[in-house]
Amino acid sequence: MKISREDVLRVAELGYLDLSEKELETYRQQLDSILEYVGKLNELDTAAVEPMAQVLGTDPPDGAVREDQVVRSDVARAVLAQAPDPEAPYFRVPKVIDR
Amino acid sequence: MTTSWTIRGVRAALTAKKVSARELATEFYGRIEARNPELNAYLTLSPERAYAQAGRMDGLLAAGKPLPVLAGVPLAVKDVISTRGVRTTCGSKILENYVPPYDATAVERLEAAGAVVLGKTNCDEFAMGSSNENSAYGPVKNPVAPDRVPGGSSGGSAAAVAAGLAVVSLGTDTGGSIRQPGSFCGIPAMMPSYGRVSRYGLIAFASSLDRIGPFGTKVRDLAEVFGVIAGRDRRDSTSAGAAVPDYVAAIQAPVKGLRLGIPKEYFGEGMDPEVRKKIEAGIELFRELGCEVLEIRMPHTDYAIATYYIIATAEASSNLARYDGVRYGLRQDGDTLLAMYRRTRGAGFGAEVKRRIILGTYVLSAGYYDAYYLKGQKVRSLIARDFRDAFTKVDAILTPTSPFPAFRLGEKADDPLQMYLADIYTVTGSLAGVPGISVPCGKTAEGLPIGLQIFGPAFGEGRVLQLAHAFEEAGGASV
Repeated sequence: MKISREDVLRVAELGYLDLSEKELETYRQQLDSILEYVGKLNELDTAAVEPMAQVLGTDPPDGAVREDQVVRSDVARAVLAQAPDPEAPYFRVPKVIDR
Repeated sequence: MTTSWTIRGVRAALTAKKVSARELATEFYGRIEARNPELNAYLTLSPERAYAQAGRMDGLLAAGKPLPVLAGVPLAVKDVISTRGVRTTCGSKILENYVPPYDATAVERLEAAGAVVLGKTNCDEFAMGSSNENSAYGPVKNPVAPDRVPGGSSGGSAAAVAAGLAVVSLGTDTGGSIRQPGSFCGIPAMMPSYGRVSRYGLIAFASSLDRIGPFGTKVRDLAEVFGVIAGRDRRDSTSAGAAVPDYVAAIQAPVKGLRLGIPKEYFGEGMDPEVRKKIEAGIELFRELGCEVLEIRMPHTDYAIATYYIIATAEASSNLARYDGVRYGLRQDGDTLLAMYRRTRGAGFGAEVKRRIILGTYVLSAGYYDAYYLKGQKVRSLIARDFRDAFTKVDAILTPTSPFPAFRLGEKADDPLQMYLADIYTVTGSLAGVPGISVPCGKTAEGLPIGLQIFGPAFGEGRVLQLAHAFEEAGGASV
């Protein structure tokens, strides 16, 4: 496995992470060695094995499905109070669409 | 006044009016003031909330009304668990000023049972780490040996209880983050079954693995706290409906005749010889208690770390997408929305969190999903099968909690893979969803605590607690 600078850039792009040149190189090396280690899973033949996404057995887990009922929570004000740039009842962000 | 409190001790002292709940809170805040500058176990204190709750308990007492089971018990809560009105940082700069508008179910239940929340404890950023060195607010020191790490990620919760700065605490365990710090700090610590304790209000790291569980100085205290927080919660659709037995009663049952499995795969290379010696002595103690000890095989153990770091990072990369500078937490301005996202996340996350987002995004990305993520999910099935097969032959499984005792601050900080391998004995049970406890099992010649891990079948916490309690009563801490 050889991870390139471009591989890390591509992933940082997908994960919306600004990385410095130094970080790019550090993570390139570390990703490379971690993936090399992870490669040991290929020693196992898993062709006939089902993937496991959760351990609760049933899918969906028992009790995961409920009636769709409206419940008042009245937390909008408290939630907005945590926002870096609120303008009730909205979250304000930099302009997304140019006219 | 006693220096070492237990839940039972608090109850007796309050009932006998030897101390009030407010006086007890004052005593603990005094201890925190004295020790915390050195240990860095607490990040935020919540005296207003604590004294209000203590006052309520004193009111009940004065009125001659019955006290709830945890009345007046000083409690510390890991800083990834939401507390209404009390800052919750997850050990991250990105949530430095975040104040949750609601309580986690576990906190709500403990307060309803009378517990007094003293404050929030330090941890690795977003619970990612095995040493507490990944906290944006500085590492926690191990109270047993301050030049050493307390373990992680729930290092603050472990250190607070071990140093007597709380009677009990809540931690979270995704790959070992309760059990390993418990072993490093020399106290019992339990990861419940997946789904046993509601995750509502637990700030997510890896949703198919995350669990909330207790630390205490005695196994009995774990049973008391666990009995309060366990059970179905309609606000967490993965919380299980299985009945919650009386765990305090369960720990009293005799252990004679129980079959304990020793998986050969956990006793290979890489284990510190002093750890090996004490774990073997611990196993011998169980034999003396009348348990039947059997060698078993768990053939996929060696693949657990690789599997864990695929699944946990994949889930983390998805969960941590929510930190975007829009709704809460840090924002770094940018000319465009995208630039704002990138700058916020680049500045707000620490090195380990970024590393895991990168790894997790990579294993989920087009072209690599099957080779890594799907492969990891398949091997997870095999690891879970190892546990299922084992529990057809034995009642519980004994292993070391960690291959080595607490290491020195900085010793493993430069090599992420070496740090990941610290979790080699704990991640297996995390992937399988079973409960596990770490209980003190002797010390090294230098006096560093060693932990014995006991795994039980899913929802078999009563069995795990019972064995840990019998071990503790038989002098396991000084084998």
